[in-house]
Amino acid sequence: MNLSRKWLNEFVDLSLNEYDDKAFAEAMTISGSKVEVTEDLSQNIHNVKVGRIVALEKHPNSDHMLVCQIDIGESEPVQICTGAWNVHVGDLVPAALHNSLLPGGVKITKGKLRGVPSNGMLCSLKELNVTTHDFPYAEIKAAAILGDYHPIDPAKPSISADIQAGDKIFGKVVAAQVTALETVSYGQYKLRLNTGAAAVETRTDCQNIHVGDLLAYDTGKDHVCTLDDLRAEQREFPHCIPDGIFIINEDCKPGDDVAVLLGMDDHVVEFEITPNRPDCLCMIGLAREAAVTFGKELKLHEPVVKATAGGNIADMVKIVVEEPELCPRYTARMVKNVKIAPSPAWMRERIRNAGMRPINNVVDITNYVMLEYGQPMHAFDFSCVNNQEIHVRLAKEGETIQTLDGNERKLSPSMLCICDTDKPVGVAGVMGGANSEIEGDTAMVLFESANFNGTSIRRTATALGMRTDASSRYEKGLDVQNTYKAVERACELIELLGCGEVVEGVIDVVPKALQETTLKLEPEKINALLGTDIDEATMRRILLELGFTLDGDIIHVPSWRGDVEHYSDIAEEVARFYGYNEIPTCFAGGNTTSGGFTPVQQCERQIGQTCRSLGMDEIITYSFISPSYYDKIRMPADSPLRDSLRILNPLGEDTSIMRTTVLPSMLEILSRNYNYRNRSAALYEIGKIYLKRPDGMADEPKIVSLGAYGPEMNFFRLKGWVEALLNDLDVGKLTFEAEPANPSYHPGRCARVYAGGTEIGVLGQIHPEVAKNYGVDAELYCAELRFEAMFALKGGIPVYVPLPKFPSVTRDIAVVCDSDIPVGKLSDCILANGGQYLKGCDIFDVYTGHHIAQGKKSVAFSLTMRSDDQTLTDDHAEETVKAVLAALERDFGAVMR
Amino acid sequence: MKQQMQALRASSIQTILDCDNAERLEALRVKYLGKKGELTGILRQMGGLSAEERPAMGQLANQLRSDIEAAIEKRKGELSSAMMEQKLKSEALDVTLPGEPVHLGHKHPMYNVLDQIKDIFVGMGFEIVDGPEVELAEYNFTKLNIDEGHPSRDWTDTFYFSEDGKILLRTQTSPMQVHAMEQKSLPIRMIAPGRVYRKDEVDATHSPMFHQIEGMVIDKGITMADLKATLNLVVEKIYGEGTVTRFRPHHFPFTEPSCEMDIQCHKCGGKGCPTCKGEGWIEVLGAGMVHPKVLSGCGIDPDVYSGWAFGMGLERLAMGEYKINDLRLIFENDIRFLEQF
Repeated sequence: MNLSRKWLNEFVDLSLNEYDDKAFAEAMTISGSKVEVTEDLSQNIHNVKVGRIVALEKHPNSDHMLVCQIDIGESEPVQICTGAWNVHVGDLVPAALHNSLLPGGVKITKGKLRGVPSNGMLCSLKELNVTTHDFPYAEIKAAAILGDYHPIDPAKPSISADIQAGDKIFGKVVAAQVTALETVSYGQYKLRLNTGAAAVETRTDCQNIHVGDLLAYDTGKDHVCTLDDLRAEQREFPHCIPDGIFIINEDCKPGDDVAVLLGMDDHVVEFEITPNRPDCLCMIGLAREAAVTFGKELKLHEPVVKATAGGNIADMVKIVVEEPELCPRYTARMVKNVKIAPSPAWMRERIRNAGMRPINNVVDITNYVMLEYGQPMHAFDFSCVNNQEIHVRLAKEGETIQTLDGNERKLSPSMLCICDTDKPVGVAGVMGGANSEIEGDTAMVLFESANFNGTSIRRTATALGMRTDASSRYEKGLDVQNTYKAVERACELIELLGCGEVVEGVIDVVPKALQETTLKLEPEKINALLGTDIDEATMRRILLELGFTLDGDIIHVPSWRGDVEHYSDIAEEVARFYGYNEIPTCFAGGNTTSGGFTPVQQCERQIGQTCRSLGMDEIITYSFISPSYYDKIRMPADSPLRDSLRILNPLGEDTSIMRTTVLPSMLEILSRNYNYRNRSAALYEIGKIYLKRPDGMADEPKIVSLGAYGPEMNFFRLKGWVEALLNDLDVGKLTFEAEPANPSYHPGRCARVYAGGTEIGVLGQIHPEVAKNYGVDAELYCAELRFEAMFALKGGIPVYVPLPKFPSVTRDIAVVCDSDIPVGKLSDCILANGGQYLKGCDIFDVYTGHHIAQGKKSVAFSLTMRSDDQTLTDDHAEETVKAVLAALERDFGAVMR
Repeated sequence: MKQQMQALRASSIQTILDCDNAERLEALRVKYLGKKGELTGILRQMGGLSAEERPAMGQLANQLRSDIEAAIEKRKGELSSAMMEQKLKSEALDVTLPGEPVHLGHKHPMYNVLDQIKDIFVGMGFEIVDGPEVELAEYNFTKLNIDEGHPSRDWTDTFYFSEDGKILLRTQTSPMQVHAMEQKSLPIRMIAPGRVYRKDEVDATHSPMFHQIEGMVIDKGITMADLKATLNLVVEKIYGEGTVTRFRPHHFPFTEPSCEMDIQCHKCGGKGCPTCKGEGWIEVLGAGMVHPKVLSGCGIDPDVYSGWAFGMGLERLAMGEYKINDLRLIFENDIRFLEQF
């Protein structure tokens, strides 16, 4: 919402001298109306003055430029050259003088144009950042000046180069020379022409004509020809364009500031209004907030309508609200004998400074009322309403409407429409129909000022993809009581602008009784919530200023404050104007709570810490993936993990299902780093997977996901990480089993890890096919560990074990066995059969090749033996080794090498 | 004999002091003091001396022995420290050569900031709670006083799993307020950080998945003054002591009164600069008093208990802390990015 400070002054005395933009913005923001930006419009334009052309001559060194002497209200005129032809002696023009600034940051300085000094620039509308919507009278029309004729094909000119006054061009069109020119009124000229045979007088509204010019004159129609009349293209008359200097037709004099003329002597404040305060999307709403914020009086105006036209609206139109839930109120008035014209400058200026475009008087009035009262309005050309009936109903299947923006819209049966007996003439609260548009010939206007259900309007606007100034207000839920005042104001403005006669009577359809909210004023409860000691009188003052009424301790909530329905809302109103920053800061006594991290959270932190000390970086990946990612990791077609929660309205395929495995997320990040040519990477994430439950919700277990690649990466490094992680948590004895069947992993380099019989997860090298699917031609290593299992098995507080008092003895043994026997089985066997003194068994060599038979391998172990109550003798050690070797031979046929 | 000893003294002491090698020094010791050494040789003549001469000569011999021994010890010490010096010299390193690399992993920058915030709240007696991301509309919206027609419920804004719109991806961590109030005994002091989801296309400031931190206190006698005091303290811990704050009225359906909290721009001190977009203030979080409707909807009597809640965006906080200018970096997980923190 853009607020003009100049317009605001009509409601609250808040001059810029008293409160500059910064002070105004600060105070409004603190009281709850957040200011986004403030803009001093006059900063965009500087030293551009109204000038009167007192003399005009052709430029000595140019065939198209003019040299003007401009009276700018000083003793001497200034000389400015221009290339535009629509200027005449006596015209008022915007003159950008030496060292001036134009919108868009353009700086103008004096200089020479083809040797002739020019002390500035005359400006077009565009150079002033306005359009003919802002100044509709400044439309420019150009005659075809024969001296500017440039044939498309020089060999075959349509008009000969030496054409003279009186020469025939075609039909009754002859060449004529201008011998005298007089400005009759704005944009209207009287010409004396030499047509060769005679001297004639004629009138024209073409603005680019000067004495001496040779024109095409239609002797039959008594008409000066334009390019269209000659069926000429623009490039044949390059300087006869419908553009030029803005000839000012306003109440002003030479020397006046053009910024003021354009309404740019204003400051605009842009507010961010929260959705609960649609009442602040207008001048009056913001003025009320400003008045309370600054302790000023709010000056409101009651519209008065004279209604001078005959008849009564009740006899002229029938209005039927078929959907009372969606249209709680429909208020209408009629205007006859409408004269469509531009609206006055002050209205255009306010509309423009609020960020909208002026159109014509009737349309501008509807927009002006919306900006002033916050009530969107619509004006129908009543002649286009069949059978003089308005029906507020839902669209029928297959109905369409062409909206004012020219687009054909397909309507659906959930959309509320304004219709006549046959067809929709507008989409309720969104946009009117082209079939009932206000145009130049509109004579009878029906003003609609209605209240619609916000949600319904929002859904319609969204479905049609057209959020308008009206719909964005309606969607927040507007004040039902505002429709009447707004339509009255519109009719008052019709009379003020003299653009029509208002018909007696108002049609006001209110299908349901309107409810008023009342609350009890409970100062002690408010203070208890805020932690303040605000006296009741202050509370009452704030509420009254905001438009609440008080009846004893009963608060009557004003109709525009639909957001206030509870004592806590009253507390906020009081707090806003008492000042949030005046509320003390004070810790509540209350009961203390111990707080702290839960065991689960501590375990997560511990795992993260270990991962980092192992050299892995933490990553954060999206919870949603593409279903095609399951193919990428070669998940079997019948895997239950493919049954993911599916987002019905995803942003795209890539983020359309909730992951049931973290593997694709990790692989994506590994491959991204690989593609970025990072030499190696080691990553971890403690992330959730989402497993569908029968009730449609999800179990969301956490997975510890590890991933790595790089020259130093191999299976055993990964396994070492997993062992370190699990041993750090003291989950108990780990066992690893080969897992050849997981299709995402290398069949010979994948293991399942168990702790005390519970499966913790899987680890290994990613299957080369999967790596290829991710565009990686290197070995990728991943592990997926179930956090819940890790946490469940996490060891308790360690109990001290006394340190050994007696030295240990080591013996190395090497055995030869079949090469397919897992070494893990051998060491399990050794530990199981070594007897009481065997304390440890480390594998230090696995060897195949020379000296070892085909299909066999040699495995070397280092056995550590110790007793807790004596120094071991060689005999003890030999006994242990003997028992171990016997067991290895018995169980695996492994013999000492 | 006396002369012999004097001659031995003269030759031996100087020879010892000139010796430049530990082995030769040992040989000298044997030569002078050994069983067959020169001093022993001289002493063998003692038998030919008279009983009167013997003690004086003996004393002289002992003196000579101990002087030679002292000279040897002295020289030995000198030689050994020279050797040590030489050894150390030969072992000297170029200490400017790099250390052996140890690669430590890095915590994700956003979780660095999150952990910092968790620690702050835990220190104030808060607990940390975690909850479902696949959530019921009932918890994400209805129980938070967000009515059926509210725009945030639109299918253009929220991800849904069921056609009836009952199951969705939570759009905020605020449903954790409801879970906490329903499940926990009073009083409650909690924060609930986590992932949230909204239908925003990815760009430099948006992501369909991002993180929020919810916080809530419910107890008897909790006021807006307590909200301000607590959040001021938290902000001082995050942004440094003396950070200036302000509270502005705002709107959230589930708090009333509601506010947003700004900190004065640390870069320009409130004058207005590009960091604060000229406003002088930077918005840090939204907060408010838990709406009485929300309290009673969760079975808590608003006439007895009151509370406050806040919510803040983690990404923006981390981006501000580390001057990260593009949100996409957070989820891209390029190790060249991760290892900067």
